Amino acid sequence: MTATLTDTRLDTNRIRSDFPILQTHASSGAPLIYLDNAASTQRPRQVIDAMSDCYLRYYSNVHRGIHTLSEEATSRYERARQTTAEFVNAASTTEMVFTAGTTAAINTVARSWGDANVGPEDTILLLISEHHANIVPWHQLAERTGCQVRFVPIDEDFLIRDEAIADHLARYQPKLFAFGVASNTLGTEYPVKRWTAMAHDAGAKVLVDAAQAAPHSPVNVRDWDVDFLAFSGHKVCGPTGIGVLYGRESLLDAMPPFLGGGGMIDRVTVDGFSAHALPEKFEAGTPPIVEAIGLEAAITYLHSIGLEAIHQHEQQLGRHADEGLRAIEGVRIIGPTPEHKGGINSFVVDGVHAHDVSQFLDTRGVAVRAGHHCTMPLHKDVGVAATSRASCYLYNTMEEVDQFLEAVAAVRSKFARTGRRRRSRSS
Amino acid sequence: MPSEQDIYEEHVLDHYEDPYHRGSLESATHAHEGDNPLCGDRIHVDLRLDDQGKVAEAWFDGDGCVISQASASMLIEKVEGKTIEEIKEFSAPEMLELFGPKLTPNRQKCCLLSWRVLQSALHSPVDGEGEEDHDDSAGPSTAGNKRPRFGGPSLGEEQ
Repeated sequence: MTATLTDTRLDTNRIRSDFPILQTHASSGAPLIYLDNAASTQRPRQVIDAMSDCYLRYYSNVHRGIHTLSEEATSRYERARQTTAEFVNAASTTEMVFTAGTTAAINTVARSWGDANVGPEDTILLLISEHHANIVPWHQLAERTGCQVRFVPIDEDFLIRDEAIADHLARYQPKLFAFGVASNTLGTEYPVKRWTAMAHDAGAKVLVDAAQAAPHSPVNVRDWDVDFLAFSGHKVCGPTGIGVLYGRESLLDAMPPFLGGGGMIDRVTVDGFSAHALPEKFEAGTPPIVEAIGLEAAITYLHSIGLEAIHQHEQQLGRHADEGLRAIEGVRIIGPTPEHKGGINSFVVDGVHAHDVSQFLDTRGVAVRAGHHCTMPLHKDVGVAATSRASCYLYNTMEEVDQFLEAVAAVRSKFARTGRRRRSRSS
Repeated sequence: MPSEQDIYEEHVLDHYEDPYHRGSLESATHAHEGDNPLCGDRIHVDLRLDDQGKVAEAWFDGDGCVISQASASMLIEKVEGKTIEEIKEFSAPEMLELFGPKLTPNRQKCCLLSWRVLQSALHSPVDGEGEEDHDDSAGPSTAGNKRPRFGGPSLGEEQ
């Protein structure tokens, strides 16, 4: 990327006009400044219209009927799978399983691959910065199999260096190394391709949680050479209730089905069943049909803008927010310096709880996340119970970041000690 | 809908900055502690019950947001002199009314933390060996957890 700062700025005015919700206001009456994109993104009209169009014109169940609607819905559902496969550069649609989300995808691997391949002598290696969705399924696997779950810690500067990865891979010889491509709390973007190669050299399989990566930068399962990858629709401007599990075909093929039911079978008798071929083997029940069509529309939308350009835009916003926050007295960023991050900044304000920060910002229309962001082990490691998090996306602007920074600067004076005294209620 | 002015009204900030009986009570006969793991709010309540079954003295300590700490101060100020029965009858809606400003469901959890810990403290006699963290309340505890875990909508459990 050799482009300069200015010529890669997205046309945010045009982009914002695609998102009807960005024209709304917070309950205080202030115009909405939506900076909670790491939790969930908003949807452009193109996605809403695509889903609405399906319901209005051609909705039916898929893979079940031979009537007109079912043929159309099936064809569009499978086209969405093709588009999604191209989005992550998978070799084939047989490697693309639609799930309910990233959480469901990781649970599928833990239940199916994990139960079949992991025993009491084995170790699952994670990062301390993992989201609970990439921790709890492995804790549950440990409960079932007796395996160990180990975590690579962060350094003083919130980073994880290659040496730490190499050291943990060598020490624990993990069966699986499972990590988020980007941390939803620290904002750190990790070197997926390099760490995957290191893990493979150590004999480990690799699962990457791309929930915080797929929305913001190109995903390439073949270049990265990962064994499994998961992401969610609602974080890429798509619908809730859908996610993707990519798995290397040889691995998925050898894995037993996880959920049983209609759609995932080849044949069922009173004595048993045989499973359908990939990818339907892992898609029991009526799948998220309209959601898949919405996801396809979201991917098409992101492609029309360009993921490289989106990533560069977010890094600009993220850097501006990072520098602005660091300049405010009493504010501490929980995360590394901007060159290691995308558009996510988590922070604490000295003497003010994250809930109160978030509540105060809301009065100025600024929506940020307050809490532990589903990364309790990380928060414990850092020594804070809760943080506030501002996360930018393609439709956010420098002006919005400025307003966010002004609001944070006002937080401390709002809650500053004034020597006030408690009075009786009636006074 | 709540706004900054509604929730952080002067009365609330007064209690936050100048709380009533913040600290511990060595002569406590009953004590309990609870937290909200989703946001880290923590409240500890010490009570001294007299022979007539009244709260002779009440203290609290804790960490957390303005709502959780100010509401605890208001509650502790209110319960001294009350009988156990009166405290048991003091309901969650009454607690929210005592606090004053209207809260969204997420923030109601912050406000009700001290109320729940107080209710549990009534059932948690101090055994004299420094063990204060009994969890014999009938509250919505999850088996295996030492402290009560509260349900309701969550600020923290996002993706």
